[in-house]
Amino acid sequence: MEPGQLHELKRRAAELRLHVVRMMGAGKAHHFGGSLSSADIVTALYFYKMRYDPQNPAWPDRDRFIMSKGHCVPAQYAALAMLGVIPLEELPTLKELGSRLQGHPAAHLVPGIEGCTGSLGQGLSFANGMALAARIQKRNYQVYCLLGDGETQEGQVWEAAMTASKQCLGNLTAIIDGNGLKAMDEPSCAKLMEPMAQKWAAFGWYVREIDGHDMDQICQALDWAEENADAPSMIIAHTVKGKGISFIEGRPEFHNAPLTEEQLQKAIAELEANLRELEEDGR
Amino acid sequence: MSERRETRDAYGEALVEVGRAHPEVVVLDADLYKSTRTVYFRDAFPERFIDIGIAEADMVSTAAGMAASGLIPYCNSFAIFLTAHCYDQIRIQIAYPNLHVILAGSSAGLTQGPDGASHQSLEDIALMRMLPNMRVLVPADGVEARAMTLAAAAKIDGPVYLRLGRYPVPDVLDKEYRFQLGKAVVLRQGPDLTLIACGHMVNVALQAAELLANRQVQATVINMSTIKPLDREAVLWAMNATPLVVTIEEHSILGGLGGAVAEVMAEDGYGARLIRLGTRDVFGESGTADELLEKHGLTPVAIAERLRHQFGR
Repeated sequence: MEPGQLHELKRRAAELRLHVVRMMGAGKAHHFGGSLSSADIVTALYFYKMRYDPQNPAWPDRDRFIMSKGHCVPAQYAALAMLGVIPLEELPTLKELGSRLQGHPAAHLVPGIEGCTGSLGQGLSFANGMALAARIQKRNYQVYCLLGDGETQEGQVWEAAMTASKQCLGNLTAIIDGNGLKAMDEPSCAKLMEPMAQKWAAFGWYVREIDGHDMDQICQALDWAEENADAPSMIIAHTVKGKGISFIEGRPEFHNAPLTEEQLQKAIAELEANLRELEEDGR
Repeated sequence: MSERRETRDAYGEALVEVGRAHPEVVVLDADLYKSTRTVYFRDAFPERFIDIGIAEADMVSTAAGMAASGLIPYCNSFAIFLTAHCYDQIRIQIAYPNLHVILAGSSAGLTQGPDGASHQSLEDIALMRMLPNMRVLVPADGVEARAMTLAAAAKIDGPVYLRLGRYPVPDVLDKEYRFQLGKAVVLRQGPDLTLIACGHMVNVALQAAELLANRQVQATVINMSTIKPLDREAVLWAMNATPLVVTIEEHSILGGLGGAVAEVMAEDGYGARLIRLGTRDVFGESGTADELLEKHGLTPVAIAERLRHQFGR
């Protein structure tokens, strides 16, 4: 990738984070942590990797993205708004009565949302179904599915893992947003999580581990995954929950919590400073 | 009387017809394809059949993804595993976005028989009926099972729960019968009481009506094969036409056919009495199908004996 393109992706990720925090606002509980930890991955998918026509989000040959960790859908709403699939002005209606932008993805309400998630553990099976449909209908599209690391505690994830490898779903790439925190504490407090990479490999997947905030690594991993045509690919992305806002990073209490007006302004100031820096670098 | 058939057999055969007519139809099973009779489809269209293994939730969610991509999936397992084990997946991934997925719950009811409570689905109608957008269909015989299987792909655009059984029943509908969603069928008319039945109990209701007629009690019999959307007009008509309404189902009296009819009668009723026959808030147990029906008072003789006393005859 040329440096200009990489830089532009970083700028878009910073912009996406700003949209996420602005749409959430102050005084209301929101899933800041996971939306921000997945921001670079979501940016790379929509602005680098996926074949996607924002004018026609129902295009049958489009690449598909399933937000299995449905509570982080604000990151996807932001991407869809930046692409013009939904209006940017609509973002602040998030979770308000009458808004299409439900707290968890509602595929029948919002163009660009592929499936209903929110109850954790079900998205990978759904992604399998879309990947299988491509084979049956002889279409040539890729399916991407973002899981939380804590989400892999749901048994259905492993049912789906076995189905995907048995069915040789080379058009499927799953990504784990490994931010190391679930709603209450670390995933490893409740279940034995490691060795995560070896588990997926043993289930018949190609596996690669990356820094989920290194845009170059993310894009390279997505290219690598697309090359894997005979089996599904898993990208384990090591991330930081709340990435981009100093006082939220790595803090489980911001999994689903409100910001005060003061915290909000501080968060926006940090993100704007970061965006400004990237824009100045780019000149 | 015609030959007896199991509704799962008629379903399995009809599924091949559906596959021939609709290239977008796919069939998923969870390691029960011989029992659910989807094996016929598998043999006819192997490229459109997926055995997902012993993973019902994975199957249902996979079907949702396929439906969102333009396919029409038929999901198959025993009724209790499909509805109870996968309730969350059905609710959020299929019913909420109104996806066109057919959930075929096989070996439903007491007549599942020897496997006992774990396998006898006595709550599935109630579970599925609670979900917005869901259509709930219970065929009375092989004729209706075939008609519903075809209609589920061709005439309905949204989620369907189709309740199937492994209990041989004679055809109660003639070969020209046309299934209409949400339309009850009056099979017999009499002024004294109305028997509203679904599934295997339609044949039982007809036989009970014969026995009652021998005692000079004349019964109307209605096949209420769509539980949702319920034919409210048919219920109201029955309440007007006869002073007693009796629901008969191979399911708990809570939340199923009896529950649905009671809701209509309570809100829109004119004072007719209601008796609900079915299982009474208990789990099933091992036994033969006939022994279990006998134990729960769901045989023609037991029903006729109980109801004739209402008329002092």
